[in-house]
Amino acid sequence: MVTVVLPRSLVAIIPTAPRRCEIAATTVADAIDRLDELAPGIRNRLVDAGPVIREHINVYVDHEPATLSTPLRADSTVHVIPAVSGG
Amino acid sequence: MSRTLLLVGTRKGAFVLDGGRDRSSWSVSEPMCEGWPIHDLQWDAATGSIYAGGGSAWYGAAVFRSDDLGKTWNHSSEGMTYGDDGPKIPTVWNVTPANGSIFAGVEPAGLFRSDDGGATWQHVSGLRDHPSRPGWQPGAGGLICHTIVPHPTDDAKMFVAISAVGTFATEDGGATWEARNNGVVDCNSPDPHPETGQCVHKLVMAAGEPDSLYQQNHCGVYRSADSGKSWTDISAGLSSEFGFSMRAHPRDPASAWVIPMSHPEEGRMAPGGALAVWRTSDRGDTWQRHGDGLPQEHAYVGVLREAMAVDPNDSVGVYFGTSTGQLYGSIDEGRTWRTVADNLPPIWGVEAVVLD
Repeated sequence: MVTVVLPRSLVAIIPTAPRRCEIAATTVADAIDRLDELAPGIRNRLVDAGPVIREHINVYVDHEPATLSTPLRADSTVHVIPAVSGG
Repeated sequence: MSRTLLLVGTRKGAFVLDGGRDRSSWSVSEPMCEGWPIHDLQWDAATGSIYAGGGSAWYGAAVFRSDDLGKTWNHSSEGMTYGDDGPKIPTVWNVTPANGSIFAGVEPAGLFRSDDGGATWQHVSGLRDHPSRPGWQPGAGGLICHTIVPHPTDDAKMFVAISAVGTFATEDGGATWEARNNGVVDCNSPDPHPETGQCVHKLVMAAGEPDSLYQQNHCGVYRSADSGKSWTDISAGLSSEFGFSMRAHPRDPASAWVIPMSHPEEGRMAPGGALAVWRTSDRGDTWQRHGDGLPQEHAYVGVLREAMAVDPNDSVGVYFGTSTGQLYGSIDEGRTWRTVADNLPPIWGVEAVVLD
């Protein structure tokens, strides 16, 4: 199973979203779709028109920068991390 | 006895202030909407819900909804898209309940409608189908649909205002739109009277007169008596023709308030560092300056387009927030002023609600 770790700021606005969960998925896009089934609304927060991952959201698969098409291994870990921005 | 609330949108979340029965002191809530930048909050009297429109740099545009006066919120942007081939939507600038639906004005300029309380959204595509759209240009705040003015009794009619494009009206429920800018000067163009390109900053409807409109424009303050088909400049007498915010009196169609700002190339802040609200009681023929209780020196503050509100109490309350986090209020129709709150984040939107 793929392990997904979500940021506090995302979980805060989607109460059904877990900070950490395990899902079956073969790509990042697939993982986000599975997450959206668990917690409706997540996809809109992470994916922009294109579709592409939102500009200021960073997704890492096994510690490497990823896109929606990045493949996942059965034991991959996906980290979703807001970019360092603000003010 | 009624209770007055202020709904305040800021660069770092939404706040609800409770002025109780007499509006003499105000409690300030904790920040809401998880610190999202919130441009506009509106009260839906039909359902008792608060709607908040904004956008996060991380998570995009959304409309938040609370059914318990801000204690809990949910949000959605489902359907709020121009499609995968279209431009991205970074934020919502206006959210307006009307006739059982919720409308959202977004950036880049467009209009969305929800018929299920904000859970899902549909693009009102007729607005962006207007033939002038290829020529639409952004203002300093972006290319934004920032004002939505529904007709009080006819669901088919609505006005919207877009910066820096102008006023548009539909009379067929949003299928088609007509530019309504005749008489409004575009002072930033070699052609001062184009069909579109006028930078309207705020559009309001006169109480009880759906055909009577006022607007604060980049290039003056205007009134219209014919649903925006023609406009008359009413800037004479004001300290500046430039400003962002404008509000109409809740019962008197001849009365409205503006907050002039210095020339757009000279800072866009309180002229001379003296903060004042100006009122007309004769549809803009004359204006009266009211600064009693407001800082009259070294007040180099701005007031943005959605940041003024009026309440419908017998003695109308007028409120405005600054781009540096001060919130001021008057409970005598703008004659005298007090500080309602200070040290808030930069204030983008203020709305007043009276609960029975």
